[in-house]
Amino acid sequence: MRSTILTSVAALALTASGAMADGTITVITSFPDSMTGPIEAAFEAAHPDYDLEILNKKTSAGVKYIQEIAGDNTADIFWASAPDAFEVLKSNDLLARVEIASEGIPDKIGAYPLNDPGGYYFGLAGAGYGIMWNERYLKANDLEPATEWSDLAKPEYHGHVGMSAPSRSGTTHLTVETLLQGDGWDEGWAKWKRIAGNFSTVTERSFGVPDGVNTGNFGLGIVIDFFGFSSRASGFPVDFAYPTITALVPANVAVVNDAPNAEGAVAFIEYLLTPEGQAVLLDPAIMRLPINPATYAQAPEGFPNPFEDATIGATVEFDVEKSGARYNLVNSLFDVMITYRLGDLRDAVGAIQAAEAAVAESGNAEAQKLIDEAWALIDASPIDEAKSLDPEFNAVFTKSRKKAEDEVEARQAEIEQEWDTMVVENYRKAKELAEQAAEM
Amino acid sequence: MSHSSPTPAYEKAGLADRLPGWLVPRVTGLHVAALLIALMLIGLLLVPVAQVVIVAFQDPATGAATLQNFVDFFRTSLFRESFWNSFYVSAMSVVVATCIALPLAYITTRFVFSGSILIQSLGFIPLIMPPFVGAVAMQLIFGRNGTINLLLRDWFGFDIPFMEGLNGVILVQSIHYFPFILINLSASLRNVDRSMEEAAQNLGSHGMRLFRRIVFPLAMPGYIAGAALVFIKVFDDLGTPLLLNVNNMLAPQAFLRISSIGISDPMGYVISVILVLFSMLSLWASFLFMRGKDYATVQKGGGGMAKRVLRPMEKALAYAVVIFILLVVLSPHFGLLLLSFGTIWSYAPLPDGYTLENYVTMWESSKTYILNTVLYAGIAATLDVIIGTAIAYIVIRTGIFGRKALDYLATAALAVPGVVLGIGYLRTFHSIDVPFVGTPLASWWVIIALALMIRRLPYALRACTAALQQVSLALEEAAECLGATKRRTIQKVVVPLMSGGILAGFVTSFATAAVELSATIMLVSSNSDAPLSYGIYLFMQTPSGRGAGAALGIVAVIVVAIGTIASQIIIERDKKLRASGDQG
Repeated sequence: MRSTILTSVAALALTASGAMADGTITVITSFPDSMTGPIEAAFEAAHPDYDLEILNKKTSAGVKYIQEIAGDNTADIFWASAPDAFEVLKSNDLLARVEIASEGIPDKIGAYPLNDPGGYYFGLAGAGYGIMWNERYLKANDLEPATEWSDLAKPEYHGHVGMSAPSRSGTTHLTVETLLQGDGWDEGWAKWKRIAGNFSTVTERSFGVPDGVNTGNFGLGIVIDFFGFSSRASGFPVDFAYPTITALVPANVAVVNDAPNAEGAVAFIEYLLTPEGQAVLLDPAIMRLPINPATYAQAPEGFPNPFEDATIGATVEFDVEKSGARYNLVNSLFDVMITYRLGDLRDAVGAIQAAEAAVAESGNAEAQKLIDEAWALIDASPIDEAKSLDPEFNAVFTKSRKKAEDEVEARQAEIEQEWDTMVVENYRKAKELAEQAAEM
Repeated sequence: MSHSSPTPAYEKAGLADRLPGWLVPRVTGLHVAALLIALMLIGLLLVPVAQVVIVAFQDPATGAATLQNFVDFFRTSLFRESFWNSFYVSAMSVVVATCIALPLAYITTRFVFSGSILIQSLGFIPLIMPPFVGAVAMQLIFGRNGTINLLLRDWFGFDIPFMEGLNGVILVQSIHYFPFILINLSASLRNVDRSMEEAAQNLGSHGMRLFRRIVFPLAMPGYIAGAALVFIKVFDDLGTPLLLNVNNMLAPQAFLRISSIGISDPMGYVISVILVLFSMLSLWASFLFMRGKDYATVQKGGGGMAKRVLRPMEKALAYAVVIFILLVVLSPHFGLLLLSFGTIWSYAPLPDGYTLENYVTMWESSKTYILNTVLYAGIAATLDVIIGTAIAYIVIRTGIFGRKALDYLATAALAVPGVVLGIGYLRTFHSIDVPFVGTPLASWWVIIALALMIRRLPYALRACTAALQQVSLALEEAAECLGATKRRTIQKVVVPLMSGGILAGFVTSFATAAVELSATIMLVSSNSDAPLSYGIYLFMQTPSGRGAGAALGIVAVIVVAIGTIASQIIIERDKKLRASGDQG
């Protein structure tokens, strides 16, 4: 019996390793199985000699992974939503420059160019960011759907909003950057903090947001559009809207530098851009905006068409290089100011909202001054835009040591602790001022 | 020329035999086995954990030894908060679990209670649902807008924050782990000598005072042992906080740091060191209380306390308590079942409709997960019982140098949290390539099976040790007298006699390895390598997948349930065989 066990284990091991046959394309992707599944099935049906091997990693984890295996690369394709992640990889020389043959694909979607001008990465679908809500929840709590970012900062939504963090989700990072670029650094952060004051939670992964809205755990969520569409298509009582300030940003795909199966990788990318490949995007579990305008003829009722509806995604020209330059810094700042201090922020904003309601009745000017001071404390950011783009400062947040002599000057933990102290103090003072104002 | 021991006449006195014993020791098959096992344990347990510890004490930029990372850790308020939260959640889980277990233990041991079968099943039902699977279901029932709170708000206008933040983790963990305390507490209460109680009653003490002053302190060691075990398990658990979105605890922080910042981030390692330290402390405390204090009583007057008959009012109260606890304990199972059969469950006490679709979807897409689970858990459990038997034999039957160390090393795997083992493996093995296969060792599927094996080894070892202790030495000696070699004796006599215990150990190892998530989630690099637990985690990441994820969760529960029942049946049958054998 022992020998049978041994031989069968050995056979299993060999068959498992035999899966690494010719024509295997290793794909690192942040997309969930519900999206990669139908696409993988369609691709393998069209190209039977290729076999897709999907490694599912969150965007930042995927970038890290490719950086780590760079010395002995085993990945062929990187496939994710966030173009800034691709910028990070491009600047580290981890992407390969390839020629892709495609037909019927325009140069832009909304205001955003689809492909990298250098030929390092390519767009395959479009996505915008917006607000999703649960109709039953809103009805039970007597709320109206929110359609603009500034709506979410209103006092009636206190404790009803959910979002993920940019450090945990490439799409959330894009959402945060879009608002920062659309409104400006200081106003953008101020708006984010006022919205965050209404948060019920910051979820661990981007999917936690549509999940929370779907189950009615919280009423409104800040999500990427296909989460809203696919949830609605799955039958949940939810709906989705694009605010005016949004960017239509492409989901991207690229060939990793020094890929074991570069030919297969190119074939995969080319397939994604064919009419059949584009049509798979309309699958109810996927629901992404195709970039081939002709595909929209097959789209279901009510599916937005950015090529015909010019209002979607035209207001913000997303600067992907800016975003890439301060990628880790924005992640850190959001986490320190919002994610880790959510309780304090929520209390402070709640107190200010209560004070505002009191002042609206009494009309006390003194109280109003205190409230303005309190808001200023909430809005304050530890660094300005110039510092956010300073390459030396940004280097603190990227720990990769390229040469043995490289050393980062101030440690990331130290800077984050400084920010944290400032932010905790600000929120505390703001709450105090608001409570004072409310008593007047 | 010196001989370390007389050589049989038929062996030639060759050069090797004339050399002194300390230079060329007498090596038997068992020595080789012990050496191989030691190497394996060192390579798969000691080295990865040591790597983690070393990196925590290393400066990431220069590689020099430093305490700076730990200083940074304690200076960062988020980590201080996570540390405190982990501690608080573990302690509170023990408290709540005790609150659940104490009345049950009291009722079964103190009174003649016909519902004891009910209580016994209570000790088993929570353990068959892996906590992270139960977490999702509990969220639906006890969450902010879950079944209970929606009904409470509709009828009474208030709600209870069962699942807010840390409370959710505490609730899920205590409901899952209270059986540990129940079993230990019941056993020690039952072992309290009746004469102690009678002496106290003679002196005028009775009721609660008697329990508080005499009985409970005597039962303390068993209670503390169980409580320490629950403390470690909650402290180290990654899956439950992750699925409940609670990130400000140590284990999720380590996971998040390593998976989003990378294996070069020192904080993940610092957190790992703290997790291991605390686990070892709790384990040590647990062992200490199991043998330290002298609670042995003077007169062995007869086992257990006197059992009183319940008055009707008391009986009703007892039943009420038991049934209430039963309902709470069954809620995750119930919720999971509803979710698996439900169509859409959104902001409502119950799903909108019911369907079998989810099971169909699950079956279509989960064949790989189920096959992988059978493969990994099968390999892990097989290796566990082989190594467990070997270690048990070496420790109990031989005098090989270092056998105690081997025993401790294998048991030490209990103190290593899954997430730390995963991080250690990633760090140690990511630069090594597997020959012939070409993938880095850290992303090869076999590493998952090996991690599961190491994590389950202490349990298998305990089962094998218990089984071996029941095999009389006389039987082995008889076999050897008749001319059998050691190997043949072990193969033909010892192992068959241990078979009940080995099989039970195999089944328990298999069942618990099948639903392990903490180490798996760190080591799975590709969806096609994923086992059941990871599959459930993936399913729960999509809107259309929750029903299928719940269906897969039910499959996991059934696997563990069958495993647990099977192992119980095997042990009972073994006991009966042994008993009938003794009589015959």
